[in-house]
Amino acid sequence: MRSGLVRTEIQNRIHTIMDGLFANIPSGVGSHRKDLKLDKGQQRKVLLKGAQWAVDQGYGLWEDLEHIEEKGRIPNAGPDLVSHKALDRGRAQLGTLGSGNHFVEVGYVAEVYDKDLAGALGLEKDQVTVIVHTGSRGLGHQVCDDYIRVMLQAAQRYGIELPDKQLCCAPIRSKEGEQYLGAMACAANFAFTNRQIITHWVRETFEQVLRMSPRTLQLALIYDVCHNIAKLETHEVNGRQRRVCVHRKGATRAFPPHHPDVPDDYREIGQPVLIPGDMGRYSYVLVGTQKALQETFGSTCHGAGRVLSRHQAKKTARGRAVAQELEAQGIYVRAASRATMVEEIPEAYKDVSDVVEVVHGAGIGKKVVKLRPLGVIKG
Amino acid sequence: MGYELLDHTGDMGIRVWADDLEGLFCEAARALFDIITDLERVEVHLEREADVEGMGQEELMVAWLNELLYLHEVEGLLFRDFAVTEIDGVRLRGVAKGEGFQEGRHVIKTSIKAVTYHQLEIKEVDGRWQGQVIFDI
Repeated sequence: MRSGLVRTEIQNRIHTIMDGLFANIPSGVGSHRKDLKLDKGQQRKVLLKGAQWAVDQGYGLWEDLEHIEEKGRIPNAGPDLVSHKALDRGRAQLGTLGSGNHFVEVGYVAEVYDKDLAGALGLEKDQVTVIVHTGSRGLGHQVCDDYIRVMLQAAQRYGIELPDKQLCCAPIRSKEGEQYLGAMACAANFAFTNRQIITHWVRETFEQVLRMSPRTLQLALIYDVCHNIAKLETHEVNGRQRRVCVHRKGATRAFPPHHPDVPDDYREIGQPVLIPGDMGRYSYVLVGTQKALQETFGSTCHGAGRVLSRHQAKKTARGRAVAQELEAQGIYVRAASRATMVEEIPEAYKDVSDVVEVVHGAGIGKKVVKLRPLGVIKG
Repeated sequence: MGYELLDHTGDMGIRVWADDLEGLFCEAARALFDIITDLERVEVHLEREADVEGMGQEELMVAWLNELLYLHEVEGLLFRDFAVTEIDGVRLRGVAKGEGFQEGRHVIKTSIKAVTYHQLEIKEVDGRWQGQVIFDI
């Protein structure tokens, strides 16, 4: 999200803003907002309509949908293909951030690489931004677990040899394949809804804490993109246009200018790509390119990636006051647990700048701006 | 306890040992919750039964641990004692004992998102059982 604020307007209020976000956006075990309860009928609508349901219920704005991949709703979702267990996990977790690498980050534009592209995204130096990183939560994990069991049997039936059970699969045009795509669409729609609700709470929190109107805050969604999903798309393969299933695991879509799936107002610049880094350094906004479409099925990377295991990170952080270290660098972090804080220390990740340089250099994404965090909430 | 941590960059796993197959399932469950929380602070106030199916021991292991993870997530429970009451090639029945998560008294050390089939292994070596499970965290 971009805002109508500049860094100096919020820098001395960052503690109150982050404490507000921490209070308003549930994270950690079993936490949930009392004012968001889903019955089974409503949950079905979430799975079918995605972020459109959220906006229908007053979470956010209709114009947000234009800036969400697939307008926040993957078609052909099949709620009946989702197990009761997955539904139970989902009902308890809609509107929650989750733990691990999930976060909400308030930051600012630290550097502009391309003024025209940044301008088209409504971004300029020192402008305040917000990033939300979360997904389909337990519902997605349960859908995965349920369908791995289906796929293990399917792989055997279709005579597919597996190097590892976790890689079990079935032909896309099989009963199992189609059922999985219907269930996966539900998980994706759940994730779009989850982020849309949190987007709304981010806006509410800024309004409450800064006592400013939505018109002054101008918290507008730049883009919402998936990073673990399989999609049926048309791509050129060996000189022919073919319908293919593109799996983006730890990867985001990066469609070029003039691609029909890029929103109208980004048609000339390409689809925005968000590459978050660790909580102590920076994140990047890029745009998709023609080269990405040609070489990587319109995809690029999704984040920095870890260099230290969580256990190594814990060892590295032993005896250190991680929150104070970050605070000294001007970054206020609130985490649901100390464990998350130490597992997510900046040096546990690659320097995202190196990763982005590779992406930019390879031409599968074009750098637009660099964002630097001011405050982070971690689940 | 009879387990060691397998430390991967992206995820985390366990290698467990036990004298019999039932014990192996219990040790793995205990290891799972030892990673999630400080077990010394968990008391036994309630129990839940798990009844899962799977093709073979390895799939049963994932199904059993995922069932416990489901109860942890949906009901907010922490378990510390486990028993396997029945196991054959395709079905496992077991009991997990513990209590509900209480803010302040309990800690969450690591949240585990899912139990995976990645590099999954259960085998009998010289009359002892050994297993390996990787978690998505």
